[in-house]
Amino acid sequence: MSHFRIADDADQPKTFAFTPDYQARVDREIAKYPEGKQQSAVMALLDLSQRQHGWVTRAAVAHIADMLGMAEIRVWEVVSFYTMYRTTPGGRINVHVCTTTPCWLRGSDAVTAACKSKLGIGFGESTEDGQFALHEVECLGACVNAPILQVDDDYYEDVDGPATEAILDALLRGETPTPGPQVERQTSAPVGGATTLQSVGGDD
Amino acid sequence: MLRDEDRIFTNLYGHHDWKLAGARKRGDWDNTAALVQLGREELVNRMKASGLRGRGGAGFPTGLKWSFMPKETGGRPSYLVVNADEGEPGTCKDRDIMRHDPHKLVEGCLIAGSAIGAVAAYIYIRGEFYREAQHLQVAIDEAYEAGLLGKNAANSGYDFDVYVHRGAGAYLCGEETALIESLEGKKGQPRLKPPFPAGAGLYGCPSTVNNVESIAVAPTILRRGAEWFAGLGRENNTGTKLFCISGHVNNPCNVEEEMGIPLRELIDKHAGGVRGGWDNLLAVIPGGSSTPVLPKDVCDDILMDFDSLRGVGSGLGTAAVIVMDKSTDIIKAFARLAHFYKHESCGQCTPCREGFGWVERVMDRMVIGNARVEEIDMLFEVTKEIEGHTICAHGDGGSWPIQGLIRHFRPVMEERIAAYHAKAAAA
Repeated sequence: MSHFRIADDADQPKTFAFTPDYQARVDREIAKYPEGKQQSAVMALLDLSQRQHGWVTRAAVAHIADMLGMAEIRVWEVVSFYTMYRTTPGGRINVHVCTTTPCWLRGSDAVTAACKSKLGIGFGESTEDGQFALHEVECLGACVNAPILQVDDDYYEDVDGPATEAILDALLRGETPTPGPQVERQTSAPVGGATTLQSVGGDD
Repeated sequence: MLRDEDRIFTNLYGHHDWKLAGARKRGDWDNTAALVQLGREELVNRMKASGLRGRGGAGFPTGLKWSFMPKETGGRPSYLVVNADEGEPGTCKDRDIMRHDPHKLVEGCLIAGSAIGAVAAYIYIRGEFYREAQHLQVAIDEAYEAGLLGKNAANSGYDFDVYVHRGAGAYLCGEETALIESLEGKKGQPRLKPPFPAGAGLYGCPSTVNNVESIAVAPTILRRGAEWFAGLGRENNTGTKLFCISGHVNNPCNVEEEMGIPLRELIDKHAGGVRGGWDNLLAVIPGGSSTPVLPKDVCDDILMDFDSLRGVGSGLGTAAVIVMDKSTDIIKAFARLAHFYKHESCGQCTPCREGFGWVERVMDRMVIGNARVEEIDMLFEVTKEIEGHTICAHGDGGSWPIQGLIRHFRPVMEERIAAYHAKAAAA
């Protein structure tokens, strides 16, 4: 269970509605579940509201509860239980450092230090201009490419202090660096080339 | 070493096209109808004969699990639920399946679904795997487009749907009943069993929850024959397995190998050896963070399968090998895991919610040695009080690593305490 805070009323927009594009995605999500089981779509809808607005607002929660026929408190239970929903304005770009043991063994301390010094903020904080927020996260499930730096939807893998600084510099310039391993290697194959699969599948 | 011809995941690293055309070249979706038309009983029997044990950690026989699904359901639909909530520290194999070989999983859903009489499969993928969920969705869309899913899926006469459900950050949803709760749109808190999912799972309907890898290997096992799979590995520990090798090795990687491969061979052949050489090895966590740590002397000749690792007081788990060399502060490594288990507790059961908070605080003191030697025993005792006293296995999974640490590295902990007090006395 993690620390949970809802943005002050002053920061809360009065209303929320999905744009037509997002509404189409909402409809597709609800259609995945059997008749009468539309509550199953609550996680997807919260995520879509966050993608549209940047964070989950009180108005969005009320709107989603209404759409799915749920009591608002049931939606809040979901919002507060899962770590990926952001309930304060935070930052436009969300930077996550995995510090769980497999990443720590490979040097996540240096990644953390690079993030903190480059952005001038600590975990759970955002920059004054609202461009970046920094988060400490638990295992991201990419441990053979540790340490992992997750920026929004993308994983930057096999990073160290300097690679982290380079990625953040690029983001500060408004660029999107190429995700994946930041060293010479093919995804989760060993550096230097795969030790297996030499004799099959050479089709393309 | 396993021959390439016997490897199931031939696009493990994404060297080739992951979409339908590429998947077909690798043999996926080849006359799937014939497999589905074998019928429930035959499919279950063949899976039992293959000896496949669940690849999500517990190692329960997959065919046997499928056989628990009722044939008479009183008009209720049945569901296949695929656990893609990969988050056990050290584990990153399902990610590769979903981004590089998603059609193996999608085809496996149809075949497994038909074997348990399900109308649909829900694949519950962890929220952070956004790109992987995108690949999976593309693969599903391609399959519908090609008539491989939906009504009369793959011309098998069987109607079947597959859906992706994204999580939102909660390790605990990897527990099967928490996953079902989450899929129903609630907090991911485990349910008491019984009833087991086969009796009352998703929406109160008969459900089977299987790991991604278990489902993705099923089509190949059925195509090549149960005898082929059963002929690999060792008795009761058959087949191939995806291993994830992380930590202090020269070349961390994922690799598919034969069950029962010696740990040392696995590390030396595929991961470039332990950093600084084998003699620089301190310890290995053999199967994801929940499995108790092994000191070097056990690592020297241990085989990587369910029964061998169980025999040394640990487990194969997810086959995620976390290697630690002699530079590791092993107490700190496990204090960090203690934080993980405390952070990921769903808070439902008191022993886990309160216990792991206590364990974390004591472990943080153990890191600097600010403790009494008797507290090591107390720490062990408290984990024994958590273990087995919670609704789900999180209580066990968070207790075992600490117990393993104390069992094998107690002298290190005592030394740390002595050093701390010596320094304090001098000051």
